[in-house]
Amino acid sequence: MSAVVRLADVEVGTQLPEQRYRITRADLVRYAGASGDFNPIHWNERVATEVGLPGVIAHGMSTMALAGRAVTGWTGDPAALVEFQVRFGRPVVVPDDDAGAELTVRGTVAALLDDGRVRVDLAVGSAGEKVLSLARAVVRLA
Amino acid sequence: MALDRELVGRSYPPSAVFEVGRGKIAEFATAIGDPSPLYRDAEAARAAGHPDVIAPPTFAIVVSLEAAMVVLDDPDVAIDYARVVHGEQRFAHHRPIRAGDRLIATTTIDAARTVAGNDLLTARVDLTTEDGEAVCTATSMLVARA
Repeated sequence: MSAVVRLADVEVGTQLPEQRYRITRADLVRYAGASGDFNPIHWNERVATEVGLPGVIAHGMSTMALAGRAVTGWTGDPAALVEFQVRFGRPVVVPDDDAGAELTVRGTVAALLDDGRVRVDLAVGSAGEKVLSLARAVVRLA
Repeated sequence: MALDRELVGRSYPPSAVFEVGRGKIAEFATAIGDPSPLYRDAEAARAAGHPDVIAPPTFAIVVSLEAAMVVLDDPDVAIDYARVVHGEQRFAHHRPIRAGDRLIATTTIDAARTVAGNDLLTARVDLTTEDGEAVCTATSMLVARA
């Protein structure tokens, strides 16, 4: 499958569609099971507050996975994503209610590299705070 | 306790084989809320040029983070797991992970330093198939807070 976005369609400054994702406590339990990361700070309020967190927080890797969705949804082909890196800046606090936390992912084409590769810089926020820094993806477009 | 810089470059024996199943990939895709058929439907994946369903790009962490724990079990690495948080993560995909892969993880310490009392340890996990085909390099920076 060719990517939805073609190399000819992008230039430095091209914006990815902004994505909003909701993370509830149920999502954290599901992610814990699927990933094997059962650290109780991601599902147990008592343990989270005992170690000084404001409450239960999302797995950093689940936040990274959602940032990745914004990129693979844009390219249409997950195999186009060849490099992906983030720094975990601030925790995403997930309240014990049906709404949970909201994550906003924006992406901008920052550089055209060789071999059809394109660097996308991501801005990932929750509750008005930047939660990932140095979040970058390199995609290879046809 | 400060990390010994001589740890840099230390490599650990390869892991046991991790068999990637279609069910595990679909479970992971559902957990991150991604509806792509390439993660669930082998026909759709084949139509897109893959031999079987592929895994989302961050699925590699399921194999790599467990493999990286070998570093924290090393008696020469004097950091307390209870203080460890995930500082940075990087993936370089040589090709997508797919159902049927039999992966082996080899972990190497890429960097070890102590900054303002915090121990920063970078573990690189090279994922290959049993036959030695490079699949993914997953690099995790772990921070043990003072």
